[in-house]
Amino acid sequence: MRAQVLIRPKAGILDPQGVAVEQALPALGFSGVSDVRIGRLVELEVDDPAQLEAMCERLLANPLIEDYEIVGR
Amino acid sequence: MRFGVVQFPGTCDERDALLACGQVGDAELLWHGDADLKGVDAVVIPGGFSYGDYLRVGAIARFSPVMSAVSAFAREGGPVLGICNGFQVLCEAGLLPGALLPNLERRFICRQLDIEVVDAGTPWTRALSAGQLLSIPAKHTTGRWYAPPALLDDVRVVFRYAHDGNPNGSTNDVAGVANAAGNVVGLMPHPEHAIDALRGSVDGLGLFASPAGALAGA
Repeated sequence: MRAQVLIRPKAGILDPQGVAVEQALPALGFSGVSDVRIGRLVELEVDDPAQLEAMCERLLANPLIEDYEIVGR
Repeated sequence: MRFGVVQFPGTCDERDALLACGQVGDAELLWHGDADLKGVDAVVIPGGFSYGDYLRVGAIARFSPVMSAVSAFAREGGPVLGICNGFQVLCEAGLLPGALLPNLERRFICRQLDIEVVDAGTPWTRALSAGQLLSIPAKHTTGRWYAPPALLDDVRVVFRYAHDGNPNGSTNDVAGVANAAGNVVGLMPHPEHAIDALRGSVDGLGLFASPAGALAGA
């Protein structure tokens, strides 16, 4: 099956990429944007979705600095 | 004293690391696909972009065959030094506490800076003294060392950026840490680039001389 894993910087960890985008949007005329956070999307074909959690814990995310969410399974 | 310098695909500082180790002992390359440490007395994991730094810095390198041998060597008390990308790999491998995040200012930094020796009790800092300043270059994009507040009290800090000169926003100005036993040390700045007067500083040599002296005195 096709699975998707969303990986985000943990709450409280400063995300410089998010800050850069947040500062760039007003330059294009967009206003009222705050708290931009940038993570990763991993899409993968897996035979056994039960293994996804272990994959996230061991490789796809670093649980010390990132939260992950398994979607689409 | 024989040093092994680990080379992953994408490592780029192995030559300088070999030169640095060669000043105080013998040094040879350890290829990432080899699970054999060839009987070396100490291991250096140099800087670069192992496996393209895909996914996260150091994330893929940690699963290479040589790293299983390095982990076993470290658990037995063998001296292991990780520099820059090597530091990132050791954190990902769980051999050092914390993780490295992108620099606060979102820029690649490359400059000579001073770090202070905080802990001179590790096999990599025995030839140095606490409070001593070392002039060493740093060059990285992902050098912001971070550990959650709950872990901080237990972290053995080995180096700090001096004179409020923290280039990356690391927690508590940390430039380098050790594991609890002290035999595994990692730092973001590059001591292997500060071993020749031509480059303006030889302050990096003390790190490589430390395990050599420790062994000679044993």
